[in-house]
Amino acid sequence: MTDQEILAGLAEIVDEIAGVPADEVTPEKNFVDDLDIDSLSMVEIAVAAQDKFGVEIPDEQLKDLKTVQDVVNYVSKNS
Amino acid sequence: MSSNDRVSVVVTGLGATTPLGGDVASTWSAMLAGTSGVRRITEDWVNPLPVKIAAPAAADPAAEVGRVQARRLDRCEQFALVAAREAWADAGSPTVDPWRLGVAVTSGIGGIGSTIAGYDTMRERGWDRMSPYTVPMLMPNGAAGWISIELGAKAGAHALVSACASGAETIGYGIDMIRSGRADVVVAGGSEAAIMALNISAFAVMRAMSTRNDEPERASRPFDKGRDGFVLGEGAGVVILESLSHAKARGARIYAVAAGAGYSADAYHISHGSPDGAGVAFAISSALRDGGISPSQVAHVNAHATSTPEGDPLEARALQSALGSAADGVIVSATKSMTGHLLGGAGAIESVATILALRDRTAPPTINLEDLDDEVTIDVATKARPLTPRAGSDGPMAALNNAFGFGGHNVTLAFTEYIPKES
Repeated sequence: MTDQEILAGLAEIVDEIAGVPADEVTPEKNFVDDLDIDSLSMVEIAVAAQDKFGVEIPDEQLKDLKTVQDVVNYVSKNS
Repeated sequence: MSSNDRVSVVVTGLGATTPLGGDVASTWSAMLAGTSGVRRITEDWVNPLPVKIAAPAAADPAAEVGRVQARRLDRCEQFALVAAREAWADAGSPTVDPWRLGVAVTSGIGGIGSTIAGYDTMRERGWDRMSPYTVPMLMPNGAAGWISIELGAKAGAHALVSACASGAETIGYGIDMIRSGRADVVVAGGSEAAIMALNISAFAVMRAMSTRNDEPERASRPFDKGRDGFVLGEGAGVVILESLSHAKARGARIYAVAAGAGYSADAYHISHGSPDGAGVAFAISSALRDGGISPSQVAHVNAHATSTPEGDPLEARALQSALGSAADGVIVSATKSMTGHLLGGAGAIESVATILALRDRTAPPTINLEDLDDEVTIDVATKARPLTPRAGSDGPMAALNNAFGFGGHNVTLAFTEYIPKES
């Protein structure tokens, strides 16, 4: 899976769960500060990402995934 | 404080989403026309149950609140938010100091649909697949929290719970918030979304529900000899309560005065009303006293009357006992004949109906009342009827809303016409 594909898949998840339009989910965006996503929705996003990409995201990892790019990198490295 | 120098509380906005309509206007016009909101339930889950009818909301609240909020709010919270938005806009979306704006919105059961869905998910797919919003969705104070967030209301957000009296009791609490000086404006009401197998089964096993499955629209028939139990409805009602001085200062349109509230507990049985009706009569008398209203001012009562064999005549007797000879001139309506019973939302949508009855000077009909119970000697409106100030009464026309709940809770709210004082 290319980074571009991961980004597109992640954007779809964020749109579905948090209502952020997919085209706003760009690599440099911070989930909390830029996309206004709270910690509860981050949990949902992480679970959906696990299902979509087949990558386990432990809680201790999740708190370090601050930006969209962080998640793309993590999924890319671990899938 | 005496009733003379006490803060007067008025109603300046109304919101509702009910089995009769997705807003106040459509609900009220359907109510005046005597429309039934009761339907046959068509989903498969109803098959093993003895009750196959209910009064579902006319408008889907999920479509109103949008996809993201629909994921995070239980259906009962969605109803409450929809009704609160309507009421707030109806009041003119006033500018209020956030620390002087309160919320008192409740539910009898809370997010039971989310509780059940969360349990199913946990068992079938595991704990980590549950929605992280499960707790805020199942808590009965969730609607109050969401509304306070939406409006930035910081004077306090409350949700009193007393089963089917919850909505009325919470409006009473809202009145108290203003009287006690804690708030200038309070968004107050109740909501319920409980049309699902567990709740219908639980009420059915108490033999509390109508099983007139073949005639859904005729099933809810308060005060009629053929009544055989209540029909479950869903939706929400919200009123904007405001101190008279605050409302006048901003030139608000005033529907009515929220003049008084009365409460009692039967202390008799957990689900049966005390047959002597003393608790109900005490709540009615207390509301009149609290509002400085004489029985002869009361033109209209929106009765709790759920269409159960036991409850309706008890309420009729209590009205007679509390109002004395003045009971003869009162026009009583049982709007659950059309909406079904909204449990924690009942007292709220019926307060909205009571206030509109005063505004339009029209009592809504009680449908399906074909053969009045012999024990019932009050005047129950079977068609929409005009309300007129009663001869010999020395104050503004008043209307009462009764709400009673399992646990022995009795609540009466008293509203009067607003008559501007010369000053």
